[in-house]
Amino acid sequence: MSDRDRLRRTLLYVPGNMPGMLQNIPVFEADGVMIDLEDAVPLAEKDAARTLTASFLRTVRDRQREIFVRINALDTKYAEADLREVLPALPDGIRLPKADHPEVVERLDTRLTETEERLGLPIGTFTIIPSIESAVGILNVVETAAASRRIVALAFGAEDYTASMEIQRSKTGEELFNARSRVVWAAKAAGVQAIDSIFSDAGDMDGLRQETELVKRLGFTGKSLVNPRQIDVVHEVFRPKQQEIDEALEVMEAIARAREMGTGVISLRGRMVDAPVVKRAARTLKTAVAFGMIAYELTDEVIHGKE
Amino acid sequence: MARNSLGREVPELFHGRRYEPYRDPWSHQPQADRGTRPLVRRNPRESKVLGSLREAIEKAGLTSGMTISTHHHLRNGDVLLNRLVEELDAMGLRDMTIASSSVHPVHAAIIPAIRKGVVTRCETGVNGLIGELVSRGELDFPVIVRSHGGRARSIIGEDVTIDAAFIAAPCCDETGNLNGVSGPSACGSLGYAYTDARYARKVIAVTDHLVPYPAAPVSISQSDVDWVVTLDSLGDPQKIVSTTTRITRDPAGLLIARYATQVIEASGLLRDGFSFQTGSGGISLAVADNVRRRMKELGVKGSFGCGGITGYFVDMLEEGCFETLFDVQCFDIRAVQSIGRNPRHREISADLYANPFNRGTVVDRLDCVILGATEVDVDFNVNVNTESTGYLQHNTGGHCDTAAGAKLAIVVAPSMRGRLPIVRDRVTTVTTPGETIGVVVTERGIAVSDRHPDLKAELLRRRLPVKDIRQLHEEICAITGQPRPIEFTDDVVGLIEYRDGTIIDAIRRVRE
Repeated sequence: MSDRDRLRRTLLYVPGNMPGMLQNIPVFEADGVMIDLEDAVPLAEKDAARTLTASFLRTVRDRQREIFVRINALDTKYAEADLREVLPALPDGIRLPKADHPEVVERLDTRLTETEERLGLPIGTFTIIPSIESAVGILNVVETAAASRRIVALAFGAEDYTASMEIQRSKTGEELFNARSRVVWAAKAAGVQAIDSIFSDAGDMDGLRQETELVKRLGFTGKSLVNPRQIDVVHEVFRPKQQEIDEALEVMEAIARAREMGTGVISLRGRMVDAPVVKRAARTLKTAVAFGMIAYELTDEVIHGKE
Repeated sequence: MARNSLGREVPELFHGRRYEPYRDPWSHQPQADRGTRPLVRRNPRESKVLGSLREAIEKAGLTSGMTISTHHHLRNGDVLLNRLVEELDAMGLRDMTIASSSVHPVHAAIIPAIRKGVVTRCETGVNGLIGELVSRGELDFPVIVRSHGGRARSIIGEDVTIDAAFIAAPCCDETGNLNGVSGPSACGSLGYAYTDARYARKVIAVTDHLVPYPAAPVSISQSDVDWVVTLDSLGDPQKIVSTTTRITRDPAGLLIARYATQVIEASGLLRDGFSFQTGSGGISLAVADNVRRRMKELGVKGSFGCGGITGYFVDMLEEGCFETLFDVQCFDIRAVQSIGRNPRHREISADLYANPFNRGTVVDRLDCVILGATEVDVDFNVNVNTESTGYLQHNTGGHCDTAAGAKLAIVVAPSMRGRLPIVRDRVTTVTTPGETIGVVVTERGIAVSDRHPDLKAELLRRRLPVKDIRQLHEEICAITGQPRPIEFTDDVVGLIEYRDGTIIDAIRRVRE
């Protein structure tokens, strides 16, 4: 499975300056973790957090999940040191805050390529998740999404976005509707995933569930989280229904029959099954496998057929 | 010294009495009869009410070298034991034995009397400072730690003879009918005191709430009680029951609870007739809450919940998850309220609950129990008695009783506390033998005993993080490092009795 298609329903923030929380990274069942060097870390601890994060990444090799590092914004004096210290410890990717313009992503892309060449790593080793978190960022998101092949997902940051809009964030989120839609459009158009903002009230599970259901309907594929207790609720919302799984399995069977007959299209109970339907079914099955609901081996050949 | 089947060096002779080393959980069978009490004649209109504790001590005929008991339903709010020891001292009695159902931190007040020789032997486990001082060799006070079932067995089988039992009675009448459900010191179930009431040579009810005859409901009856004494107060109600017991909010604790719930489901035990026990710790309560939700989702009608009862179990009873609660001790105020009004919330004695030598206990009917641990080792042995300091700090409770009785005993514990690993090569002290533990659940993985191969296979099939317990141990120690072992001297200061009366481990003085 390529990096692009990995499940990223839950990306959990862990402060980079808290050893007690870092040690629990392999424990929680978030699909991915974002070790934060930016907002969660006070200025006086930026150095310590970098060192600790790099040391954690070197020590804990069996991470069992994707690990991103949220560096400080590229236009701050901390970003360069963040990258210099953390990249040699091989995180899976960088969560890039304040990706207001495509140029910001391009700059990071160049910097990552330099590091990969210096370390003798394959180009493209490090992935990028740009954070779209301002009015400007929303306006430019279509270009930003296409600015680098390293991008695996776009992340929407509602807290900074509402601040830039000089409005309050509500739990029902009407004020975010347009911005969210635009991030999802850009992500889908670029063929990458869309990760919704954090839900900051870690005690309000009902509110979290409602918001997650809303963004799932909009097309988001995952959410950033501030507390491990939120993981289960988000996974539950993204858990496929048994009926969806059954239908997806039928689709895969049907397309396999079609390919045997030398065609890429087949009718299943009056509905046409072709590449996009297969792709959606594959996504459902992949999610179901991640939940342990079914055992199913999903290869590129199953999804796309033999070359 | 003998080496028991778990490889522990235990004395066969301790302060003048002989003990057998532990062999296994199932086979020890002493040849003895149940104990008896002397016949007593009471004529009509003879009053049982006495003016003071001193008068009761005199009436009971207590002399130096005898044994007294109290119960621990008032927990850290109890004042009775302290008042009694004070009175024994004032009356010049010495060399007394305490055979209470437990000793709590509040009873540190008797330490001067221990030093003075008023009380010199302890036929019960202890919580708090007394245990620490015993472990450090600063108190000469040999302690025999027993489980709830083991204590009932020791009294009924006359290993321990109680000369006078002083039963704190939250509600009592002048003939000695008493209960725990009303009055300022209401504590709910009086399960631990039943055995004392039936087998002590003399029984004195001590109450701060004397009501007109008959006190109802009757937990312990007038036919067992010799005298009644009133006190201003039995204790501090704030410390008798917690107003709330709470589910943990720690994400790692919640994860452990979720794994434990998934283990229960995978075991196949969560079906109609399910019976269940948890403690009152934050993780245990989270498991109870998850199990309750799953039972409702699956439409499972359970049979009974037992043990120390919390508000969570009361909810489960009232919502139809259980037919009955068997309550040996109320952990919180909601349990106390429930036992007073709901006939399906049954008060049971520690004997019925867990004594291995009666003709059938409630724990033997348990499907599943959730247990805590201070340490667990790679043989699944569990320690709840001694802390990382090596000091004796906690009593056993029903730990080894329920582990032996339940079809599946699940230990839930964080993989580390502070900087110390919880899974060890070898526990400091064995409370509960690994032979009776099925599964150990930590946030870093689930270890399944070889005695449950089908469960292990099912957990793997469900893609739960099953790990060999040695692998789990190594993973945890890779983070914490191996702590330096505590050093002990050869002096044995206490024994850990298994529920059947054999000696599973010894407490030794810590080398400071």
